[in-house]
Amino acid sequence: MLSQIARRLLTALPTLIGVIIVTFLLTRVLPGDTAAYFAGPAATPQAIEEVKKKLGLDRSLPVQFVSYVEALAKGDLGASLSTGQTVVKDIRTRLPASAELTLAGLVLGIVVAVPLGILAAVRQGSWIDHLCRVVATAGVSLPVFFSGLLLVYLFYYRLGWAPPPMGRLDVFSTAPNSITGFYLIDSLIARDFETFRAAFAQLILPAVTLGMFALAPIARMTRASMLAALSSEFVRTAKASGLSTRAVIVTYAFRNAMLPVVTTLGMVFSFLLGANVLVEKVFAWPGIGSYAVDALIKSDFAPVQGFVLTMAILYVMLNLLIDILYGVIDPRVRIEA
Amino acid sequence: MDRRKFLQSASVTALAAGTGVAAPAIWSPAKADARSETLLIVSESGPNNLDIQGVGTNVPGYEASWNCYDRLISHEMKTLANGTQYYDRDKFKPELAEDMKTDDMSVTFKLRKDATFQDGTSVTAADVKWSLDRAVTVGGFPTFQMSAGSMTKAEQFVIVDDHTIRVDYLTKDRLTVPDLAVIVPGIYNSGLVKKNATATDPWGLEYTKQNTAGSGAYKVTKWTPDTEVVFERNETWKGGPLPKTKRVIWRMVPDAGNRRALLERGDADVSYDLPNKDFVDLRQAGKVSIVSTPYSNGIQYIGMNVTKPPFDNVKVRQAVACAIPYQKIMDAVLYGLAKPLFGAAANAPVDVAWPQAHSYNTDIAKAKQLLAEAGYPNGFETTMSFDLGFAVVNEPICVLTQESLAQIGIKVTLNKIPGANWRTELNKKVMPLYTNVFSGWLDYPEYFFYWCYDGQNSVFNTMSYQSKDMDALIDGARKSAASGDKATYDKDVKGFVSLAFNDIPRVPLYQPYVNVAMQKNVTGYQYWFHRRLDYRAMVKA
Amino acid sequence: MSALETEAEPTATSSGFMRSATATLQHARYTFAENPVSGIAFALFVVLLICAVIGPAIVPYSPLASDTAAALKPPSLQHWFGTDQLGRDMFSRVVVATRLDMAIAVFSVALVFAMGGVAGIAAGFFGGWIDQVVGRTADTIMAFPLFVLAMGIVAALGNTVTNIVIATAIINFPLYARIARAEANIRRDSGFVQAARLTGNSEMRIVLTQILPNIMPIMVVQMSLTMGYAILNAAGLSFIGLGVKPPTPEWGIMVAEGAGFIVSGDWWIAFFPGAALMLAVFCFNLLGDGLRDIVDPQRRT
Repeated sequence: MLSQIARRLLTALPTLIGVIIVTFLLTRVLPGDTAAYFAGPAATPQAIEEVKKKLGLDRSLPVQFVSYVEALAKGDLGASLSTGQTVVKDIRTRLPASAELTLAGLVLGIVVAVPLGILAAVRQGSWIDHLCRVVATAGVSLPVFFSGLLLVYLFYYRLGWAPPPMGRLDVFSTAPNSITGFYLIDSLIARDFETFRAAFAQLILPAVTLGMFALAPIARMTRASMLAALSSEFVRTAKASGLSTRAVIVTYAFRNAMLPVVTTLGMVFSFLLGANVLVEKVFAWPGIGSYAVDALIKSDFAPVQGFVLTMAILYVMLNLLIDILYGVIDPRVRIEA
Repeated sequence: MDRRKFLQSASVTALAAGTGVAAPAIWSPAKADARSETLLIVSESGPNNLDIQGVGTNVPGYEASWNCYDRLISHEMKTLANGTQYYDRDKFKPELAEDMKTDDMSVTFKLRKDATFQDGTSVTAADVKWSLDRAVTVGGFPTFQMSAGSMTKAEQFVIVDDHTIRVDYLTKDRLTVPDLAVIVPGIYNSGLVKKNATATDPWGLEYTKQNTAGSGAYKVTKWTPDTEVVFERNETWKGGPLPKTKRVIWRMVPDAGNRRALLERGDADVSYDLPNKDFVDLRQAGKVSIVSTPYSNGIQYIGMNVTKPPFDNVKVRQAVACAIPYQKIMDAVLYGLAKPLFGAAANAPVDVAWPQAHSYNTDIAKAKQLLAEAGYPNGFETTMSFDLGFAVVNEPICVLTQESLAQIGIKVTLNKIPGANWRTELNKKVMPLYTNVFSGWLDYPEYFFYWCYDGQNSVFNTMSYQSKDMDALIDGARKSAASGDKATYDKDVKGFVSLAFNDIPRVPLYQPYVNVAMQKNVTGYQYWFHRRLDYRAMVKA
Repeated sequence: MSALETEAEPTATSSGFMRSATATLQHARYTFAENPVSGIAFALFVVLLICAVIGPAIVPYSPLASDTAAALKPPSLQHWFGTDQLGRDMFSRVVVATRLDMAIAVFSVALVFAMGGVAGIAAGFFGGWIDQVVGRTADTIMAFPLFVLAMGIVAALGNTVTNIVIATAIINFPLYARIARAEANIRRDSGFVQAARLTGNSEMRIVLTQILPNIMPIMVVQMSLTMGYAILNAAGLSFIGLGVKPPTPEWGIMVAEGAGFIVSGDWWIAFFPGAALMLAVFCFNLLGDGLRDIVDPQRRT
C-alpha cells in the first residue's frame, strides 16, 4: 500500500514540474510592470529601476527561474508585494478559510444533491425526475458572483436575516485559537459557542452560493449511477426475492452507486476550491482564491505562483485520497501507478 | 423583523439541537461597549505596508502612517461654507515641534519636551534627524516627495541640541515648509527601529512595514493584510488633544454594493470609496450623512499625446476639446458630484487659482470646423485608454466621449488597462488619447504645472507637452513665489493657465469630489490634502 | 461545471455510421417527445439562434446609442428591459449580445474540440509517446485551478474576445482529450477497425471513417455542456475586469456592471442580461443532458 502511494506520488512529479514552469512563464508575460506599480504614483524611471533591482526583476528569465526554484526547494515561496507578507504565511492563514468554505459548500451540495439524484433515478422519467434536473441545472446556470450578490441583497440588505458580508467573523468577535484553522471546529474545541455561532452565521450565505454550483454534477452523477445500479442483476434479484423497495434502494443500489459519486466529489471539491475565487470576492472572505485574483491583477508574481502550486499539490493529494477511498469502498480496485 | 432576534432564536435552536449545550447569551454586554467605543470603517482595499517610507507602500498604507506618526508640524483647520472642516493650506500648527522659526535659508524647530514614543522613550532631535535622513535616502516615493520641497540631502538636517533641529535650504523654495507637513516626514522611534534593522535593511523598513513605531495618536495592534487593520488610541499622545475614539477597526470589503449595504444597515460607521450614484442615493435617503469636498489641486482630464500626429496639431486638440460631452459626463457619470471645469467665459483666467474652468464646451459644429481646418475633414482613427482600477467613472466617460467623437468623424477604439499596468503605460508615453486623474498634495498652481506641463517631461506630463513659453512662465512663478513677488507670480500663473487652455494638450473635465459617508452619530470628519481619514478628530456619539 | 463530466460512458460500438445516424434521429424525436424538459431546452436554443442571427436587425434601438436624459429608467413600454446608466436600451443590448455570447461559446467549443479531439484520438489510437505527451499535458492543465488559469491567460495575452475563446478552450482541453482518448482506445482493436485494416485502409483513413464518426455523439454531448460553461467563464472574467472591450454588449459584462446597481434598486440592469445568460447556460446544459440520453445506448428501450 505504502509503496503504491509512493509510486503514485512519483508519477505526479512531472505534473508539478509542468505546473511550476507554466506558472512561472505565464506570470512573466503578464503585461503589468510590477516595479512600476510598486514604485508608487510618483515614480521616475530611475525609481522604477531601483525597485526592479530590489525585486530582482532586472535579471534574465532563466536566472530568475533558477533562483525561484532554489528558493522553492527551501520552502520559500517569496513575498507578496500587495499584502507585504511572505507567501507561505499568507497561504497558511488563508488556506483554511478557503477550505472551510469549500467543504461547507460541498457538504451542502451533497446533502441536497444526493437525495435529489436518488429521487430522480427512482422516479425516472416522471415529473420529479424533470424537476430535479431543472433545479440542479438552474444552480449552475448563474455566474457565482451574481448569485452571491443576489443572496446578499436579499438576505442581508432586504431581510436582515444574514450577518453583514464581512468575511469569516463579524467585527466584534475574536477568532478562536488556531488549531485546525477551521473556525467552526476551533471554536468548538475552545467551547466558545458565541464565536461558533458567529462563524457559522458568516458561513451560511457563501456556502449556499458555492453549494448551488455543486448541485448539478453531484445530482447528475448520483442519478446516473443509481440508474445503472437499479438496472443491475443483483438489484433485480434482491427485488425478486421480495425485499422492500426501500431496503433495495438504500442497501443495495445506493451502496453500489456510491463509487462513481465519490470520484465526482473529489473533482467537485477541487473544482469548487478554484471556483470560490469569485465567491470570496463577493463575501470579503479572506481565502486564497481572492488572494490569487488580486495578485494576478496587480502582476504580483509570487502569490500567484504560490497559489497555483498549492492548488496543484492539493489536487494531486486529493486524487490520491480518492483512489485510496476507492480501494476502501471497493477492495477490488487497486491503486494504479 | 429584528435581525438579531431572529439570529438569536435560530442559532439557539441550532446549537441546542446540534450540541445539546445551552447557548450562552449571544450579545454580551462587553461587546455592546466595544461597539460604542469603536469606529468601524469599510473600504475596498487596505494597506500593504504600515510605513509610507517603505518600498511600494500603497495609498491605503498612507492612512496608517498619517494616524500613527507625528510630524514636526501640521495644518490648522478651517470651516468651509458647507460646514466641512478643511485643512488650512497657509496656517501651520505645531505637532511634535512646539515652535517653528523661519530664517532666510533655514527653518528651526524646537521639540516638545514631554513627547514620548509609544514604547515610552522620549522624542529627541536625533530621532527627527534620523527620520528625515531616512526619508531623503530610502529612494522611491518618499524621497521623491521630499525633493518636491527641495529636501534631497541628509546634511540639510542639523541637530542643534537635544530638542532643537534645523533644516537648511539648498535653494529657496516656498514648498519646503509645507512639505514637512505632508505624510512622508513622520518621526520614527530611531532607537527601536535601529534595533530591528539588519545589514541588508539599514533603515529597518521590514520592521516598520509590520509595526508602527511612532509617537502618534494611534498604534496598529492587529493587522491581517487584505482583511482588517485594528488601531488603538495612544493614551499618552502629546501632539494634540486626546482623540475621542478609542479604537478604529478598518475592514476591507471589496464589493461596492456590499459596502453600501453595510452603511445603510448601520453595520459600518464610515465608508469613502463608493460609486457616485450611491452617494447621491444615500444623501437623498438621508439615513447617513455625506460630506463631499472637491479634491484640492486635482483634476480628471482627457490627455492627448502631442508628439505624434494627429494630436500634434493644436487645431485637432481644440476640436477634441469642443467635442467632449461635458455636461453628459457631469450628469450620467458623476451625478453632479464634481466641480465642472468647462464653459468659462474665456480661456484667459480672472483668478490666480488652479484648478479652474476653461472656455471649451460641447459644440459639434465648431469641432467639425476645427478638424477640417486641421486637415482632417473626414476624421481619423485612434485608441482611447483608461485605467480599469477606476472603471466605474472612467469607462462611462470614455464610452460617452467615443460616441461624441464619432460625430466629428473620429473613430475611437476603447482600451481598458488593468490598474497594475496603468503606470507602465503612462511611463511609456505612447498612448494617443486617454483619461486620467492628477492631484498634488501641495496645493499650489506652480506645483501642479511644474509636474504636469513642464518641459522636463516628468512622469505626470503624460502628454509629453513641451513649450519654451510654458517653461519660462512656470519657472517665473516658482521664483517669484520663493521671493514673495506677488505681482509677477500672479501674472505668470495666469499666463501658464491661459497657455495650457489655448494649447490644450490636456482637457480638464472636472474637479472630482472626495465623498465620505458616515452614520449620523459620527462627526469630526476633516478634509486633508491626502484625502485619507484622520481618526484623531472623529467622534462617535 | 461541465468540466467535471470526465466520465465518458462508452457508446455504440456498432459499425455503419449511416444506420446509427438514422436510428439516432428517430431516437431523438422520441426522446424529445418523451422528455419535455429537453424539448423546452431545444425550443430555447432555437430562440437563441434566431436572436443571434437576426438580433441586430430587429432591435428597436442601437445598442450603443446613449441617451443620458433617459438614464436608469425602469422597464416600460418604450424600453422593455429599462435603460442602463448611460440611457442605453437594455432590451437591444441583451438581444444584440446573443450573437457575441453564442460566438464565444461556439468558437471556444470548436477550438477545444479540434485540439482535444485530435490530441485525444491520436493518444488513444496510436498510444506510445503521443499518449504520454497528451496525458501529461492534460494532467498538468487539470492540476491548475482552472478559472485562475483562464484569468492568467487572458491577462497575459490581453483581454480580447479571441483570447477569451482561447483561454476557455485551453482549460477544457483535458476533458476533451481524455474522452476522445478513452473512446479511441476502446475502438482501436475492435472488430470493425480490424476489418477496415484488413481491407487495406490506411490508419489515417480508419481514424477518419471509423473512429471519428463513432466518438462524435459523446463529443457532441460534451460540447453542449461546455458551451454553457464557456459563457459562465466569460462572465466571471468580466466580473474581475478581464471581459470584452466596452461598449460592446456582452451578457457577462452587463451582469457584472449591473451588479453594482442592485443595492441602489436599479435591478433591471443586471437582471435581464443575467436572465438571458442563465437561460442560455440552462438551455445548453439541458440540451447536453437530453443529447446524452439520445446517444447513451443503455437507455434506449
